[in-house]
Amino acid sequence: MYQYDQYDQAMVDARVEEFRDQAQRRLDGKLTEDQFKPLRLMNGLYLQLHAYMLRVAIPYGTLNSRQMTALGDIADKYDRGYGHFTTRQNLQYNWIKLEDAADILADLSKVEMHAIQTSGNCIRNISSDHFAGAAHDELIDPRPYAELLRQWSSFHPEFTYLPRKFKIAVIAAETDRAAMRLHDIGIQIVKNEAGEVGASFYVGGGMGRTPMIAPQIREFVPLDQLVTYAEACLRVYNRYGRRDNKYKARIKILVHEMGAEEYTRQVEEEFAHLLEQGVEPPLAELERIKPFFADPAFEDGPKSIDRSDPDFALWVDRNTVRHKHDSYVSAVISLKPVGGIPGDATGDQMRLMAKLAKQYSFDELRVMHTQNIVLPHVKIADLHALWTELEAADLGAPNLDTIEDIIACPGLDYCALANARSIPLAQRISENFAKNGRTEELGQLKLKISGCINACGHHHAGHIGILGVDKKGTENYQLSLGGSEAEDVSLAKITGPGFDEDGVIKAVETVTDVYLETREDGERFLDTYRRIGMTPFKEALYDK
Amino acid sequence: MTSENLHSQDLGASPDEVQFRFRNDEPADHGTVTVDACCDQTNATAVRIEPGDDARVLLPFLDRLALVEVNFPTFGDGRGYSAARILREAGYKGELRAVGDVLIDQLSHMRRCGFDAFAPDKPLDEEDARRAFEGFGNVNQSAADARRTIAELRHE
Amino acid sequence: MNILTGNDLKTGEVVWWDGQNWSLSVHDAVDVGDMGEQILAAEEAARRVNVPYALVASRTEEGVRPAHIKDRVRALGPTVRRDLAVPTASKTGWDWVI
Repeated sequence: MYQYDQYDQAMVDARVEEFRDQAQRRLDGKLTEDQFKPLRLMNGLYLQLHAYMLRVAIPYGTLNSRQMTALGDIADKYDRGYGHFTTRQNLQYNWIKLEDAADILADLSKVEMHAIQTSGNCIRNISSDHFAGAAHDELIDPRPYAELLRQWSSFHPEFTYLPRKFKIAVIAAETDRAAMRLHDIGIQIVKNEAGEVGASFYVGGGMGRTPMIAPQIREFVPLDQLVTYAEACLRVYNRYGRRDNKYKARIKILVHEMGAEEYTRQVEEEFAHLLEQGVEPPLAELERIKPFFADPAFEDGPKSIDRSDPDFALWVDRNTVRHKHDSYVSAVISLKPVGGIPGDATGDQMRLMAKLAKQYSFDELRVMHTQNIVLPHVKIADLHALWTELEAADLGAPNLDTIEDIIACPGLDYCALANARSIPLAQRISENFAKNGRTEELGQLKLKISGCINACGHHHAGHIGILGVDKKGTENYQLSLGGSEAEDVSLAKITGPGFDEDGVIKAVETVTDVYLETREDGERFLDTYRRIGMTPFKEALYDK
Repeated sequence: MTSENLHSQDLGASPDEVQFRFRNDEPADHGTVTVDACCDQTNATAVRIEPGDDARVLLPFLDRLALVEVNFPTFGDGRGYSAARILREAGYKGELRAVGDVLIDQLSHMRRCGFDAFAPDKPLDEEDARRAFEGFGNVNQSAADARRTIAELRHE
Repeated sequence: MNILTGNDLKTGEVVWWDGQNWSLSVHDAVDVGDMGEQILAAEEAARRVNVPYALVASRTEEGVRPAHIKDRVRALGPTVRRDLAVPTASKTGWDWVI
């Protein structure tokens, strides 16, 4: 994976000192909170319901065991012994003191990590496919391009005060594991007819209060113009994105109001102009980055394993994914124990995952946008030993992509923006399905819960989505069906009137019953919904 | 401190409300007109860009302009950064002055986008400003200041 | 009653205005009547509190109870991590929050 050179390290160290200075100026009263807020946000520091929260960047979701160990140590040293993996492949700590923040950043910097641009109206951490470099179906590893964009987007002088936050995802497979078209810019690395590698640009997707699927605006951008094209997309947005209304300030609104065609025309014009300006990094830089992501030294080994232990066999079936080398798999460590808090891990668990990565996965881990952890390159022969250690640490839940594998935002338990709690719903729903034994029968079923309209829990993209709202001071939940963040991307539709907490938990059971009764061979919940439409679900929910 | 900044005038020694100026020529001593007026009046030499203005309409008149002010009514409105770069990319050599809600932590980015004079609404702490102008030593992107990027330095 | 809350600038901890100072316990909160804005402005300017605001609460047998669920979660801690509850507020029990 990527390693800093003296330039990268110096930039991160300089940012630590700059932030130390900014925090000191705030404590000294030289900065008001209004002035300090965007500065701390641009370094991932929020003021949440209970305390400051620090969001640490995990570029394209990739980290090594030393970094994961450091994250665990920070959780113990500065926080309350745990952290929360997020839907943008980052990690956040919930109980941070402003006076400690710069010291934490300094600790992060020692392991080539930071919190740069994990919030604020700037270009956020670049996300990517969590199986990058391991997936059997990818064209090439997308991470060198994500790394190039990370460098370009860090401290960009023109794009630090955008109308709103800006999220970019890069993938390089037809299978979309990064919700690419629900980003401000989604980039798919592709080959053109001449066999050259380049980038397809999708611009103006997003979730939030106005979910949109990004239209493709350019089929093929040559790789030596990738940064220039992104710069053109951003400049048009910075100049013309709405600033009169925070809720209409994302690029999706600009593209929608202007029309994809007109937006594209303006981008192309700006692109032609910027090509003359020579803003593209030298191609040699991309070539320098690529070897960091070269394949580790895979070895041939057994391609199957003793499955006589049914618990182990279930975990293998559920949580391991085909690898490009047939003696390996990618193994998913579920952070969704039944009744647990989705995405939370203790310091001890982080250190254990780090140790296992070192032992079994060429020192690499990935964070999934579904709030789980991946060991990308595990020998099939090592799976039983790995599983045994995971089981002992409550990390062996066999539930990847099942109804127990719920995405949930922190919700009203932690978040100052939330209207309703998300986590208790996730806990109760996973307990219900674990108890009634239907998890396995339901197969792939993506349930996603947001505690407010900002949609951090991706409810628009859930096969089943739940949105928490405030109804006259009490928590209320809207149910929606039919969303997908994958290559078959779609936005979920609301079923009808909302429910209270007990009601929505029952409603989830009701819609899964409809699915089980009406599904045809091989259909997932989503396929059945798409075939039969909303009506049968609505009738079961509301006609009583 | 970068070599470029060594050419700056003494901080705080500039006339009028301009607190920092990185130019050696005489400052323009007349008021600015709006972008619309500038396009209509053939003799205007100083203009003020508001966030909603299109900087590109000024491109035909760059030769006669000695001062372009870019107003930041609130520091969070970043349109002025694009306006500045667009003017510099088009070859504008005159004074480019950031005015309004100009604060310490925006100075280095403004400088990179081509601003060479700063007239903050509220005077800034000179020592804090000096450190801010120094920036991080190196830069990741090509911008209006023509500094060599880290990627370029890596492949010299 | 009208009470005041905010976060400690340095530590981020949730605090409540007790008439003299900022307390960690919601039950120390006092009714500020219509003096809220004035106290908030002075306390924020002195950096004794960060992002403070006024809210409505009622005095109950279990102590001071903010009217909105969000402020009750603030007063006690995350309902899903009861082990991390604010100790001085624990006399209410978790039903109090919801």
